[in-house]
Amino acid sequence: MKQWTALLLLAVITALLTGCGRKTGPNGEVIVYNWGEYIDPDVLVMFEEETGISVIYDEFETNEIMYPKIENGASLYDVVCPSDYMIEKMIQNELLAEINFDHIPNIKNIDSQYLIQSREFDPDNKYSVPFCFGTVGILYNKTMVDSPIDSWDILWDERYKDNILMQDSVRDAFMVALKRLGYSMNSTDETQLQQAKESLIVQKALTQAYVVDQVRDKMIGNEAAIGVIYSGEAIYTKSENNDLEYVIPKEGTNIWIDSWVIPKNAPNKENAEKFINFLCRADIALKNFEYITYSTPNAAARALITDDEIRSNPVAFPDFTQYDNLETYRYLGEDATYQYNALWKEVKSY
Amino acid sequence: MKHTIQKIYIGLILILLYAPIATLIVLSFNASKTRAKWGGFTLKWYGELFQNEAIMGALTHTLLIAFLSAVIASVIGTAACLGILHMRKRTRTIFLGITNIPMLNADIVTGISLMLLYLAFGASFGFSTVLMAHITFNIPYVILSVMPKLSQMNYSTYEAGLDLGGSPAYVFFVIVFPEIFPGILSGFLMAFTMSLDDFIITHFTKGPGIDTLSTKIYTELKKGIKPEIYSLSTLLFLSVLILLLIINLKPDKRKEMTAQ
Repeated sequence: MKQWTALLLLAVITALLTGCGRKTGPNGEVIVYNWGEYIDPDVLVMFEEETGISVIYDEFETNEIMYPKIENGASLYDVVCPSDYMIEKMIQNELLAEINFDHIPNIKNIDSQYLIQSREFDPDNKYSVPFCFGTVGILYNKTMVDSPIDSWDILWDERYKDNILMQDSVRDAFMVALKRLGYSMNSTDETQLQQAKESLIVQKALTQAYVVDQVRDKMIGNEAAIGVIYSGEAIYTKSENNDLEYVIPKEGTNIWIDSWVIPKNAPNKENAEKFINFLCRADIALKNFEYITYSTPNAAARALITDDEIRSNPVAFPDFTQYDNLETYRYLGEDATYQYNALWKEVKSY
Repeated sequence: MKHTIQKIYIGLILILLYAPIATLIVLSFNASKTRAKWGGFTLKWYGELFQNEAIMGALTHTLLIAFLSAVIASVIGTAACLGILHMRKRTRTIFLGITNIPMLNADIVTGISLMLLYLAFGASFGFSTVLMAHITFNIPYVILSVMPKLSQMNYSTYEAGLDLGGSPAYVFFVIVFPEIFPGILSGFLMAFTMSLDDFIITHFTKGPGIDTLSTKIYTELKKGIKPEIYSLSTLLFLSVLILLLIINLKPDKRKEMTAQ
C-alpha cells in the first residue's frame, strides 16, 4: 500500500513539475501565438538553434478565439498573428505595444505595397509586420461555364442554379453583395446593408450550399461550377484539378493581411522582435511560403522562388496598382457588428 | 417478412453509426490530400504521423493527462464514496446531489469558471491547470460508479475484519477493495475516456505550448485537417475496438473455466 501511495505521489509531483518548470534556452524564451498550420515547424527549430531562444508555440483557430485570451491575460504571449480588422480592434483597445523597428532591419524585405495596404488598419505602420496575405475571389470550372468570368454578377446568374458555392461567413458574404452593388465592404449605412441583404436572399435560392473550407474539395471533385474562395487555396486547387481558374472580380474585393503584433503585456518583447525579424529574412519567409502556400508579402523571398510560374503568378502576387477597389476589412465597432449579424441571420433563416 | 424488416432496420442503424468511421479509415489510406480524389493506396500518412512532433506531443499530453487524471480521480472519488456512505441519510442525499451537478453542468460553464478561478489565484496556465481541471470533472464519474458497489457490499464483513484484529486500512485493502474493484475500474475507464475527448474545458484551462489532441485538431480548422489526423483517428479507433474485444471476451472464458 505504501508503495502505491509513493508511486502516486511521484506521478503527481512529476506532473506538476512538468507543468511549471519549462525548459528555457540560454537566451530566454519567446511565446508565439499563431494560426494552426501557419508556420514551417523547421523554422522554429532553426530559430532556436541560431538565437538560443526557446520557442513556446501555441495555436488558435479564429481571431475571435484569440482575442479574449489576449484581453483577459490568462496566458501571456510575446508575439501574435491576427488578421487586419482584429489588429485594428486590438489597437483601439490598447492591447498592442509599438514595435521597435530598429530591431527589425529585415522589414526592408517587405514589399511597400503591403505596408501601404496595412495602413487601413494600422495607420502609421507602428504595430504590425505583414506575414501572409491573400484576396477573396471566384474559383470556377472552365468546363462548366460558358465564358470567362470577371464579375461577382455570375453568382446571381440563374443558369448556374445549384452550382454555386458561397462562403459561410458574415463579412465575406456581405463583402460580395456590397462590392457587387458598388459599395464599400466596410459600409455601415443601413440602406446599403438592407440592399445587400435583399440581394443575398435572392442569391440564396441559387446557391448549392454555404461552405467554409469544403469549397476546396467540392471544386476539385467537380461538385460545383463556381465558388467563392481565398486565393491561398486557389493555387492548391488548380494543382489538383487543372480545369479550375481563379479570378479577382472587376468590382473589387477583400484583400486580407495576417500580421505579427506584440501584445502590451508581452514578457519578452525583445525576443519577440528578434522572432519577427527572423521571419522577415528572405530564406525563412520562402520556407514558410512553401509550407503554408499562402502568398508572402516578402519581396526578397518572392525573388528566390525558382518556379517562374509561381513567382509571376497574378493569383499569388496580384499587382495592387491595377485595382482601385481593393479593400481590407475594418473593425466596425460593436453596433455595426451586431447589425451585420442580425442581417446575416435574416439571410440564413429566410 | 417481419424478420427481414428487422434485419434491414438493424443494418440501417449500423450503417449510419459506422459509415462515418469507415469513410475516415478509407481516407487515411488515400494518397491524395483531398477527399475528392482517390490517389491510390498508401501508408505514407501513418509514417508522417509518427514523424510529426506536434501531433505526437499532443498525443503524449492527451494520454498522460487522461491517465493521471483518471488515477487521481479514482483515488479521490473512492475516498469520497467511503465518506458519503457513512453520512446520515439527509447529508448523503445532499452530497450525492452536489457531486452530480458538475456532471450535468454544461462543459462551457465548468471551463470558464475554472479559468476564472485560476485567474483569481494567479496560476500560470499549463499542464497542471489542465490536469487539475480534468481531475475535477472526472471525480463525479468515479463516485457514480463506485457508490452502488459500495452500498451493495455487506458492511458486516468489514466489521468482522476489524473484530479479527485487522487495522482499518488493512481491512479496507483486503476485504473492501476487491469487492468494489469492478466499480473503481469502470469509474477509471469512464474518467479516462471523458478526459480523452474533452475539448471545451481543456480549451479554457490550457496555456501556451500545451495541446491535447482535441485542441490540436481544432486549430487545423483554418487550413483544413491534414490526412495524418485521419490515420491517427483510425489507430485510436482500432485500439478502442481491440480493448473492447478483450474486455468482452474475457468473462466468457472465466465462465467456461468455472463450468469445467
